[in-house]
Amino acid sequence: MTRDEVRQAIMDILGDIAPDEDMSSLKDDISLREQMDLDSMDFLDIVMELRKRFNIEVPESDYQELVSMASCIHYLQPLLKDHQLAS
Amino acid sequence: MNNQVYPEERIVITGIGLTAPNGNNLKEFRESLLAGKSGVQKFETRYVGEVLAGICDFDVLKYQKKKELRRGTRVGSISIYCCREAFNDSGIDLESIDRSRVGVYLGVTEHGNVETENEIYNISKYDYDTKYWSHHHNPRTVANNPAGEVTLNMKITGPHYTIGAACAAGNMGVIQGLQMLRLGEVDIALAGGVSESIHTFGIFASFKSEGALAEHEDPAKASRPFDKNRNGIVCSEGGGVYILERLSDAQKRKAKIYGEIVGYATNSDAFDFILPEPGRQAECMRLALGKAGLKPSDINILNAHATATQLGDVQECKAIRDVFGGEQGVWINNTKSFIGHTMGAAGTLELSGNLPAFEDGLVHQTLNLDNLDPECHLENIVFGKPKQLDKVDYIMNNSFGMFGINSVLIVKRHKN
Repeated sequence: MTRDEVRQAIMDILGDIAPDEDMSSLKDDISLREQMDLDSMDFLDIVMELRKRFNIEVPESDYQELVSMASCIHYLQPLLKDHQLAS
Repeated sequence: MNNQVYPEERIVITGIGLTAPNGNNLKEFRESLLAGKSGVQKFETRYVGEVLAGICDFDVLKYQKKKELRRGTRVGSISIYCCREAFNDSGIDLESIDRSRVGVYLGVTEHGNVETENEIYNISKYDYDTKYWSHHHNPRTVANNPAGEVTLNMKITGPHYTIGAACAAGNMGVIQGLQMLRLGEVDIALAGGVSESIHTFGIFASFKSEGALAEHEDPAKASRPFDKNRNGIVCSEGGGVYILERLSDAQKRKAKIYGEIVGYATNSDAFDFILPEPGRQAECMRLALGKAGLKPSDINILNAHATATQLGDVQECKAIRDVFGGEQGVWINNTKSFIGHTMGAAGTLELSGNLPAFEDGLVHQTLNLDNLDPECHLENIVFGKPKQLDKVDYIMNNSFGMFGINSVLIVKRHKN
C-alpha cells in the first residue's frame, strides 16, 4: 500500500466507526480525538478493524501510535506494505 | 433528599410512546386496529430461514445518531424511540425538569440473545477465534442495556433498570413505575416494555421445536388467537412506554390524562416451566379487581393475553370464564391477532391500543377469528368488526409468561 492508500484505509475505518462525522477537513498532524468524537471504545474498534481487515495486531503498548492520522500512517505503513486496498 | 412517600396517591398515564408492527404512534396504531390492519410479514432469519414476524419501521434516526445506533442494540433503539415519543406526547419539557427524579423501568422478556448470536456468527467467520469477539458485547448484553441506553440518550440521571418477566414484562414495567412513584423514589416514571426478539433466530427455532410457531401462507392470517385453526405464535418486535405521574403532579401542570391505573396484580403459577395454570391466572385477575375495589361486571374491555398456542388460549379462557363467566357487559379482544406477540412489549402495547376506547367507546376486534374453538368460548369476544359501546370506564389487560408469571392491569377512565 502506498502512503495515500494507507490513509484511505484508515479513513474507511474511521468512517464506519464515526458515521456522523464530517472528515473532509481532517488534519493529519492533530490528534484524532481533538477533531472527532472518539472514545476508548472507538479506539478498540480501530484495533479490531485492523485485525479483521488486515490481520494486523496492535499491542496495547502501541495504542499511542494511533493518536493522529500522521502517526497512524507512520506506524501502519510498514505493516501494510504487502496489503492491497480493497476495491 | 426527598423522603416523602405517597401510598395513597393515584397514578395516571400522561404520555404514550410506542412502536408496533402496524403503527409508530398511538394514532397510527389505533387506526390500524380499528381498520383490521395486520402488521405481520414474511421475515428472513439466520439459520431458520423464512418465518413470519411483526416488524417495526419507526425512524431510527429520529432521536439517535448513526454512531449511537452502531454502538447500541436494536432494543435500545426501540426504547429510546418510545421514551422520547412518550415525553413529547406528555408535553413535559425534558430540558426544564430535574432529570434525577425520572426513573426508567422497562420490562423485557429476555435480553442479550441477539448480540450473543451475532458475535458467535461473527467469530464463525474467523474459525471461532475469540480475539474477534467484540468489546461491545458486554455493554450490549448487560440486562439493563435497553433502559441504560435511554438514560444516555436523554441524560436521565434517576434510576434505570429492566424488569425480566417473560411475556408479562410490559405490565410489570408499569407496576414497577407505579410503585416507585408511590414510594417517592421518582416524580416521573418511564414505564413499559420493549422487545427486539425477532432478531434472535433462537426464539423462532425454540418455538418451532415446541410446535408453537405460527405458519400460514398469508402472513396477515397467521396469528389466530381463539380460532380453531390456530397453530402457534407469531414473534414480533415492538415497544410501549408510558409517562406515569402522581395525579396531583399531573393536575398541577394540567396534563392530558389517558387513564388512571386503579388495579394491578402479579402472582406465580408455581406449576410448570411453560404451561400456564388457569387457577392462578384467575386469582391474578381477582387480585387486581380487589385492589381496584371493583366487581368483574365493572370491566368493560378485557384485553386477553392469548398467543394462539393450542393450550395457552384454552387455559386463559378457563381463567376468564372462572372470573367473568356469565357477565354480559364485559367485551373481550386480543391484539396479538394483529401484531403477533411483541413479547416484553406486549402488555403496554396491547393496553395502549385499547386506551382510546375511553374517548370513542370502540372495542377493536380480534382479527382472524373465523371459527371459534369451542374450548375458547367466551360470552363476548369482539370479532369481525369493532364494537361500539355507550361508554368505557374500565379496561383490564392480561399478560402472562413462562414460569407462570401472571400480570394484570386495570385502567380507569379519567375525566380531564
